[in-house]
Amino acid sequence: MRLLLVEDNERLAAALVEMLSLDGHGVDHAMMISEAREFAQTVTYDLILLDIMLPDGDGRDFLQELRQSARDVPVIVLTARSEVSDRVSVLDLGADDYLVKPFEFTELEARCRAILRRRGGTATNLKRIGNVEFDLLGGVLKTETTRVELRNRELRLFEVFAANQDVILSKSKLVDRIFSADEDVSENTIEVYVGRLRKHLRGSSVEIVTVRGLGYRMTTT
Amino acid sequence: MNIQGSIYRRLMLQLVGSAAILAAILFVLFQSFARQLAVESQDTTLQASASAILESVSVQKGVVVADIPYAALAMLGNVSDDRVFYQISKGDLVLTGYDDLPRTSAAPSWTANYRGDPIRLVQTSRSLPIDGTLATVTVTVGQTQDGLAQKLSEISRTAILIGAIFFAVATVLAIWTARSSVRPLNTVAAAVARRGPADLRPVTTPVPSEMAPLTIALNDFIARLDRSLTRSEDFITEAAHRVRTPLATVRAQAEVTLRRVDREENRMALKQMIRAVDESSRAAGQLLDHAMVAFRTDHLKQSELDLGAILNEIVARQGPVADLKDISIEQASDPNCVIMGDAILIQNAVTNIIDNAVKYSPHETVITVTLTRTSNSVTLTVTDQGPGFQADNIDSLTDRFARGTNVGQTVGSGLGLTIANEVTKAHNGTLTLNQSTKGTGACVTLSLPA
Repeated sequence: MRLLLVEDNERLAAALVEMLSLDGHGVDHAMMISEAREFAQTVTYDLILLDIMLPDGDGRDFLQELRQSARDVPVIVLTARSEVSDRVSVLDLGADDYLVKPFEFTELEARCRAILRRRGGTATNLKRIGNVEFDLLGGVLKTETTRVELRNRELRLFEVFAANQDVILSKSKLVDRIFSADEDVSENTIEVYVGRLRKHLRGSSVEIVTVRGLGYRMTTT
Repeated sequence: MNIQGSIYRRLMLQLVGSAAILAAILFVLFQSFARQLAVESQDTTLQASASAILESVSVQKGVVVADIPYAALAMLGNVSDDRVFYQISKGDLVLTGYDDLPRTSAAPSWTANYRGDPIRLVQTSRSLPIDGTLATVTVTVGQTQDGLAQKLSEISRTAILIGAIFFAVATVLAIWTARSSVRPLNTVAAAVARRGPADLRPVTTPVPSEMAPLTIALNDFIARLDRSLTRSEDFITEAAHRVRTPLATVRAQAEVTLRRVDREENRMALKQMIRAVDESSRAAGQLLDHAMVAFRTDHLKQSELDLGAILNEIVARQGPVADLKDISIEQASDPNCVIMGDAILIQNAVTNIIDNAVKYSPHETVITVTLTRTSNSVTLTVTDQGPGFQADNIDSLTDRFARGTNVGQTVGSGLGLTIANEVTKAHNGTLTLNQSTKGTGACVTLSLPA
């Protein structure tokens, strides 16, 4: 996914860019509206993450500008304002969604995915691993013989594995990726989800291998 | 409110009171003037009669002769049935007539009591030569005052009538004056009372100059109120921004770091840090939301709301978050669930209820959301399959900062249901917390008048 992050808080932006990059997204970062305008004119983005309070103006004005220019790029507004007063107006102005700071990164991802799914995914969301075809947005896993719709957690777990092929992933890291920090889950919970994925992948060339004492690894044979 | 007296009543009383005093004065003046006129006319007649009698007095051969002309007494009888008395005297010697008729020489006319009745008397005299000397012959004519009294009582009746008419007209004018004096006050009061709770424009109703200070003071007050309301709203917004931005940075940095570190104790520390950030940001957010809700419930911006559409939007927005835990939200709504309410507040209350359900639901469960409409209410029921409420503190959960004893690790501020409850109360609705009838979950029912 190609994303534009418009955010004037440098440290927050750096953390977000790093997170998104780790997940394999291409992110451009604009500090202010004028910069964002230039980016938006030269690059076609899949999604724009837009802060409201920016040094050279109100993010909502930029949002209106985007909508008037008929560039139909999805926009998620990142707001630090009180939830009571702002939420309606950004949606009315044409934002696809909004997130109130601070937000959980997985929620940001989930909202991005939900918007892209709603807007209709593109072919670039199709991935191939071994003989398994994987539709990132629709959450559909196809092997030569089967077609499974993954549940959200299975999907996210599969994504993590797919992005880290042949890498050993510890149970605790996997837990972090699919459970939020305030959920009290034991590491063994992950076994349930790995078990499910294994069941879906049965008969394909993709395999999730247990590495005793360390975690799991996805390999293709 | 401390109400003392009424301008209208005071003005009325003063105007009607002065009309009454004026009417009484008018009555007295009219009556005394009429009495004076009547007495004067009686005096004139008596004077004429006395003069005529005196004219007829002559001296023949040294003897005073009086040939009283008929007309002299008849002119008195014409006026009324009053009895007439006369006396002709020479010096102190009564020549003819009623010899006990009172006499005096001090005034040409006076009133005296004679034979039990008040009579009006006039006296006139002239000098006649008798036997070579001048003798003074005096004629006194008196008349009872029955006719006068009768005439006076007629005049009094007329005077009372005139006074009463004057009073009636003055009273009508007084009411009209009082009303029209108070009318601008009522106009301004009505113009202010008619306003919506959020209408803080200055009063522009035309007012008389006497009311200008009051209107100016009122407009000043409105302007100050507007400024202070805007300031507190700005403050809440600004405070939220100031608190949330650094927390967002810390949270994002902690999450990035969590991806990089492998040592278990560092990971635990980072997770605890994220939890702490979530707790403080949630508490701060909810506190500010609560302040905003408390602020808005004081002046609801009511409009027609389609609760079905609002619910759809909220459920759609919660969708991705519910998805993260593989929770499905099943929704069934009656059509036409329209209520009167404050859009932002209702949205906030419903969001809090749905948010709670998602937060406390275990993975891979179902949340049921139904919206039903009866003739006079719209009811939203949200049932989850989570741990539910505990019977021992179910009633206190809408209190500020109250949280269930079975919330486990879930981050919360204890304000969500408080906000929902306050919004519901402000809209004359009811919020009920129950155990789900199917299984263990919580069932929150929000009922609002339609």
